Formats: sequence, C-alpha cells, structure tokens
Amino acid sequence: MEGPMKKLAAVAAAALLLAGCKPQASNEIRIGLITPLTGDVKTYGESVRNAFGIAVDEANRAGGVAGMKIVPIVEDDRNDPTEAANAATKLIKQDRVRAIVGSVTSKATIPVSDIAQGSKIPAITPSATNPKVTVADGKRKDFMFRACFIDPFQGRVMAKFARESLFKEKAAVLYDASNDYSRGIAEYFGDAFRSMGGKVVSYESYGKDDVDFSALLTKVKAASPDVIFLPDYYNKVGLIAKQAREKGIQTSLIGPDGWDSPDLVKIAGNAVEGGYFSNHYSPEDTRPEVVDWVKKYKEKFGQTPDALGTLAYDATNLLLEAIRKANSDDPARIRQALASIKGYKGVTGEAGMDDNGNAVKSAVILQIVNGRQKYLKVVNP
Amino acid sequence: MTGAGRIASFARNAAAFAAAAAAGYLLEATGIVNPYWIQIFQLACIMSISALGLNLIYGFTGLFSLGHAAFYGIGAYTAACVMKSAGGESQAVFLVSLAAGTAGAAAVALLVGLPVLRLTSDYLGIATLGFGIIMKVLFDNADSFLPMAGGARGMTGIAKMTNAAWCVASLWIVAVAVRNLVRSGFGRALVSIREDEIAAESVGIDTFLYKLAGFVAGCGLAGMAGGLYAHLYTFLHPGNFDFFKSVDVLVIVVLGGLGNISGTLVASFGWIFLLEVLRVVLPSEFIEFRWVLIPVLLIVTMLLRPQGLFGFREFRFFRDGTEG
Amino acid sequence: MEYFLQQFLNGLQTGFVYALIALGYTMVYGIVRLINFAHGDVFMVGAFLGLYAIEKFGLPLPAVFLLAVFGCALVAVAMERVAYRPLREAPRIASLITAIGMSLFLEYFTSLRQVFGPNYYSFPRPFPVTSWEAGGVSLTNIQVIIFAVTLCCLAILQFVVFRTRMGKAMRAVSYDHVTAGLMGVNVNMVISFTFGLGAALAGVGGVLYGIAYPQINTFMGVMPGLKAFTAAVLGGIGSIPGAVLGALIMGQSETLTAAYLSSTYRDGIAFVILIAVLLLRPTGILGVRRTEKV
Repeated sequence: MEGPMKKLAAVAAAALLLAGCKPQASNEIRIGLITPLTGDVKTYGESVRNAFGIAVDEANRAGGVAGMKIVPIVEDDRNDPTEAANAATKLIKQDRVRAIVGSVTSKATIPVSDIAQGSKIPAITPSATNPKVTVADGKRKDFMFRACFIDPFQGRVMAKFARESLFKEKAAVLYDASNDYSRGIAEYFGDAFRSMGGKVVSYESYGKDDVDFSALLTKVKAASPDVIFLPDYYNKVGLIAKQAREKGIQTSLIGPDGWDSPDLVKIAGNAVEGGYFSNHYSPEDTRPEVVDWVKKYKEKFGQTPDALGTLAYDATNLLLEAIRKANSDDPARIRQALASIKGYKGVTGEAGMDDNGNAVKSAVILQIVNGRQKYLKVVNP
Repeated sequence: MTGAGRIASFARNAAAFAAAAAAGYLLEATGIVNPYWIQIFQLACIMSISALGLNLIYGFTGLFSLGHAAFYGIGAYTAACVMKSAGGESQAVFLVSLAAGTAGAAAVALLVGLPVLRLTSDYLGIATLGFGIIMKVLFDNADSFLPMAGGARGMTGIAKMTNAAWCVASLWIVAVAVRNLVRSGFGRALVSIREDEIAAESVGIDTFLYKLAGFVAGCGLAGMAGGLYAHLYTFLHPGNFDFFKSVDVLVIVVLGGLGNISGTLVASFGWIFLLEVLRVVLPSEFIEFRWVLIPVLLIVTMLLRPQGLFGFREFRFFRDGTEG
Repeated sequence: MEYFLQQFLNGLQTGFVYALIALGYTMVYGIVRLINFAHGDVFMVGAFLGLYAIEKFGLPLPAVFLLAVFGCALVAVAMERVAYRPLREAPRIASLITAIGMSLFLEYFTSLRQVFGPNYYSFPRPFPVTSWEAGGVSLTNIQVIIFAVTLCCLAILQFVVFRTRMGKAMRAVSYDHVTAGLMGVNVNMVISFTFGLGAALAGVGGVLYGIAYPQINTFMGVMPGLKAFTAAVLGGIGSIPGAVLGALIMGQSETLTAAYLSSTYRDGIAFVILIAVLLLRPTGILGVRRTEKV
C-alpha cells in the first residue's frame, strides 16, 4: 500500500470508529426527524423542524413519554431521494432511533418508507400525500404512516365542491408535470369532475422552474372555463393567479392544501380573492387545540404556523401518543399502537389510522375573503 | 508481458478481487461495520464507476460532456425495468439487467454521439447538457409511454439486489478494464485525440470513430452504475438524474485529476464520504451549513490543486508500464 | 392570428429578460473563455437587492436599478478576484469547477435565515399594472418597461464596447490577452471590468424579473441562468448581438411550444432546437469560427 492509499484507509478507519454505536440509556428514547433543511424547499423543512421541536420540548417538559426522555436527532435530506435514504439509514443504523418523523415531500419519503419498513422501525410523515408512500405494488408497508389525507381524497373533495356547491360545468386544470403532488391531485380532480358530469375543457401542465405562464393562460382563456383548478404550492399559485388576472381571466380559482400560507395573499394580492381551497385545518378555527397551537408557535417563531408545520406537530404528537400507549421503546409495539390509534384529537382535527396507515380525518374548505382565510365548511371522508 | 506473466497477473487480480468481495460480503453479513457506512461505501463504488466512465470520455479522450447523469439514468431505468418485468430476485436476472442497463446507455450514447460528437470543446458540452435536460423531461413524463417507470412520481418496488460484493466486484472489473483499455493502443489513440486532434488525424487515426468509441464506452459505464444504483436505493426519481448530478460527476473527475484513474477513485470516495461525515460531525442545529461548507471546500481545493488532487501520479496498480 | 401575436409578445418578454443574463455570459466567455456558472446566481442577488431597495429602503425605481447594478457588479468582481483570477493560467476546467462551487455557495449561503432566507418572497410592484388592448392583443406596462429598459441597456453596452477606451481594451483582451498586455493594456482591470459590466446587466435583469414575475427565492437563478447561457451559445458565444438573438429565439421557442404543444415539453424543445442549430452551425448562429493552426 502506498502513501495516499494508506492515508485513505486511515481516514476510512477513523470514520468507521466514529460510527461506533453509542449505547442508549434505558431512560431515554431517540427519535429521528428527516426534513429538507437545505435546497429549494428549505422553507417547508424549517416549519417542520420548528413544529417537531415544539412537540418534543413539550413532552420532555412534562416528564417525557412512558418515563423516557426524548432525544431528538434532526437530519437534512435536501429534498433529494438519495440523501433521504442515507439520512434514514444513518438514523436507524447509527443513531439507533426507535421511530422517525419524516420526510416532507413524497419523493424524499418513499425511500425513507422502504428503509423504515426494511428495518422494522415505525415512521410517520407529516405531509407526503402520494399513495405509494404507505402502499407500493399492492403491498402495505406496515411500519409507515402519515398524518395527512392522500391525493385522491383531496382531488375528489374539490371536484365535488366545484360541481355540487359552486355548480360549475367547465373546469380548467393547470398543474406541474414534474411534481408528483400537483400531478396526482390534478388527475384525481379531473377524473372525479368528469364522473360527476362536468367537463374538463383545458388540462395543461408546466415545469417546476417555469415562472411565465402567459402562454398557458392565453390558451386557457381561449377555452373559456368557468372554474380553474390550480393544484400546486402557494408560491406557484400566487404567480399563476396574478398573471391570470393580468391576462383578464376573471374565472374563479380553486385549489388544494398547497395554497395554505400567509404568503399566498402577499404574492398574489387580490388575484386569489374569492378563491376556495381544501385544507387540513384553519388557523381561524376557534377549537382550543388550534388556538393554543397558533399561540405557542407565534410566541416562539413570530409567525402563524403553516399547514406543513401544523401537520408535523400532529405527526410528532401521534407518534408520542403511540409510544405512551405502547409504554415501551420497542419499535414493533410502537408500530402496533400507532396503527390502532382512533379518535386522536390533534390540531388538524380528530384523526385515526386506516388500514393503509393514512390518517382518516375531515378536510375543511376555506375561502379567501378580504385577504384572509375564511372557514367555510367541513367535508368528511 | 509474456503469456505466463499475463495469466499470473490475471490470477493475482482475480484473487485480490475475490478476497475484497468476500471481505465486503462478510462485513455486511456479520454486521461488524454499521450498515449505514456500508451503504455509503456502496454508493461511493457506484459513483466511482460512473466517474471512471466520465474520465474515459473527458479525462482521456478530451470530450467535454455535461450530460453524464442522463446516461446514468437511462441505465438505472433500463435495469430496473428489466428486473421488474422478470420478477423475482434471481442473481442471474440481476446480472442480465445490469448488462441491459449498460447496453441501453451505450446504445443511446451511440445514437446521440453520431451527430453530436462532430462538435468540439464547449459546444459539445452544451449539446450534451441539452441532451441531459431533454432526457430529464422524458423521465418526468415516462409514465405516459411506460407506466412502469412512474414518471414524476418516481419508480417504486425495485428489488434490492445490490450489495457490497456486487459493488466491489463491479468496481474492480471496471477499474481493471479502464486501466487496460487506456494502456492499449486504443487508449493511446484516445489520449492522442485529447492532446491534439489534428496531429492524431494526420498520423492516420480515424478520430471520429475513436471519439465515438470512447464516448459510448464511458456512457456504458454510467449505465452500469445506474443499474447498481437502482437496485441499491430501490426507488428512482427523475430528480436523481438532472443537470446537477452531471455536475457532481464532473467535479469528481476534475478534482481527482483528468486522465487519472487513482484520482477519480479517491475523489469519488472522498466526495461521497465527505457529505456523510459532515452529517455525523455537524451538530443537529448546524446541519444546514453542510451545503455551505461543501462549495467552500471545493473552491479551496481547486485553488490549491488546480491540476487535480493527484495530478499525474497514479497508484502503482494503475501506473502505465511505459512510465517505468 | 391574435392568439399568435399575443403569444409572440409573451415570448418577447421572456426573451428580453434572458438577453440581459445572456450578455453577461457571452462577455465573460469572450474575454476569459470561462462558462461562469455563478452568473445566474448573481442575477438572483440582483433581484434580492431590488427587493430590499423597494421594501426596506423605499427607494424610487431608478435608484433601485442603480443599487442592483452596483451590488451585482461588486459581487462579480469579488468573485473573479477570489475564485477565477488565481486560476487564470491553470487548465480552463479548473476555473469552471470553482465557478460551480461559487454558484452552489451563493445559492446555499444566501438561503440561510441569517442572509436572504429560504422563503419565496413576494417582490413588491413599484407601480400598478395597467394594460392596453388593441385588436384582441393586450400589452401591459410591465412589458413596455422590460422592452424599454433592455433596449436602453443594449444601447449603453454598444456604446461602451465600441465607443470607449475601455471597450477597445476589452476587445483587445478578448482577441489576445497576452499581446494586449504587452501593448500596455491593464489586463486584470479589463477583466474585472467585464465581469462587473456583465453582472450589472444581470442585476437589471434581476429587478425586471422581480417586477414581471413577482416572487423570488435564492434558487431562482438556476434555470434562467442555464437557459440564458444556452441562448448565448445558440447565438454564438462571445458575440453580443448573438446573445440577444439567441435569447429572443429561446424566449419564442419556449412560449410557442407552450402555446401550440404542451408546456411540459418546453425545455425539451428549446434544447432540441439548440442541438439542431449547433449541428448546422457548430459555433452558433452568429459565432465566428476560429480556425485551428496546425
């Protein structure tokens, strides 16, 4: 072996030594969080980390769960599937966590779900809505759960709302073809809308980095729809809405939970005024859980929590509740407890787990009135 | 080298490789080394194979390619689709799927190379960059012509076949093959094209054919690496094969030193392990500084060693006989 | 026809913004043969400076542009000094790698909370939007401003490059920097100036972009940067009119693809055109072929 090779071997050996598993004290339990803290969705990752931190602090201040102090370990996945898989493997094999919260987007969560399943460690994602996260090729990954409803449900909810409450006939759908979330909801909405007797007059896609929608909107205008469905995150929706109004399109806009952010109105101004969207909860809700949560988050971080943060808070608490019920740090028993949760009162409503690990809970429909979200109605699953 | 010497050298290589693969397998199976580091080690092997491919294209032949990740992706999707269509978890089928991934990437490289390799230097870089972006668009919409590939939602349910032994074996074979290739007359022709295309042509080398062959071989290696990747991480997403992944490989090849096999190996392992060591070393609250530190390290390294970490030095194993 | 005209106007708007970025690429390439990958991120810095100028300092529009121009120029000159100049005599690829490093650094560093922050920020419109309609085609004042400002910049650039001593020095250095140095041209200063000038145009582009698509974040420079660079190559890299022509073609191809085919394929089609053009004219539409001496 020569000089450089020797050095390399030494570095590798050092790295492996560093990797030696630290023993876990019996009165503590390690929980991992995987979230994008760098890269283009860092902002979601931070909301999730903040919320996770609040939930863990609360539990520890109350004396821990099942007599154990929670030791949180946070990992970054840069919203990249490979990094997410590495982060999950590190948490499970090196840090020996007993459960994982994460990740945030579907493309980062699918690898996490496979690894958690393979290592029999329970994991719960706050917000990955792709059905494949918990079920792939007809096989249920029974260690994977989520704290949100899935794409098909939301697509149907909004289609039904547009047909039966707004009495719309002709819908236009604009979606991001490279974003699974956007694409999934667009498809489910389109199918549901058609099956309810509506017509989809324009079904257009754009790319992740597009900012100029004038070409698309000019096309949409020519199809003269009476409602436009925009399944995407608030930042894109804001841009599209604003450009649509500038193009003279006055059709009403509707969308899914991606719309939820105080920044939507900041970006879009009055372009989204009167628009409707489905969501997990409304910050305006007067239920004590919601009021308490919004107050806590504001005190600590100086802003209203967004839907992702709120879901992360619920996801973490669902997991802690499962540990409490299992009264053990055994991953298999935690999984069992998590799977059997029914009627848990979270900020985003009363939730239970269905057979596929999806949270069963109601959606709310909100309307943007005078730049604020106004609570309209609850839609049950 | 005499015939007997050749056989002895081959036997030595084969024995060393078998020992290394067995050691890798044992470490993984017995759990002496934590599976996290084994996974990272495998990723580093895969990255090395892909980077050796680019080194063949850019380092040895001098063809500036910014679309390497596209070929990596073609290999990954091809191998995954073959494996999934066959069903089951047979090692033989896995071998076939890897071969298919390699061949698929090489075939596309041939089709693309035929027109594009007439371009030179930066223009070739841009054309391959463009090809990479076109492929990303196709991967994103793959579900409309190949439902199995999943499109923007990603391809799931790929069997986990890749293990440390497969990675070590593949890397070993590739490294030896690349070494022997660049030492051969064929390899010298490639290097002569890099050094001076006109001079090479004037001594009777069919430069276009050699360039095409170098490009196809390098892209084939990317395809092979992609096949291993697909069956290690069991999930493919178009985001894994975008322009930035091509840049990662380019950075590795340049960091290691153009036309330097040892350098490419060390830089691949260094790059992959650096990302993960930073994860372990940085405390949770500073984890977001990981990607601020990496570019700084990259810039500093490049300023200190503009010719690459290794320059022209090679490990003895890769050294060219003629250099003494 | 109205539909086509409308789409054509849309494409023109995109094309003009690309042009401002493409000019920086082409000038830097022309003078040091470097693909400055970090240029798209300088454009991002311009947009953020514009945001701060309007929202925090409440400056009037011309001052907003000035702040972005000088801020970006400063960033680019510093970047050149730290990461590119020490490598000028090294193999060309070395500075390409530091350019990639600079690009990553600017993106990830500025997305820290302590710097610009990771959110999507809404860019305040300094004036209300109005639009005029004629024959079914509508034109907004934003489009008018983009066209006017870009054309102004082009005129200034043309003047600087062809009518000033500095411009003459730039052309000399780009032709042969060793000889230019021997003739008494301060090569380092000329290169710094070129980086600064390119970045200034990107700064203007950043503010215009913010006004047109009022939402910015620290990764916004990546795609426009890549497209603008492609546009510069398409037109013939190193050529100033080529960069503008390439950018306009790029803008039209994207818009018309979205208008008549599908937006999903707009990036794909733009690059198919690029490859096709390069195959027909290997040095871009207006590029000059440098014959290689044997």
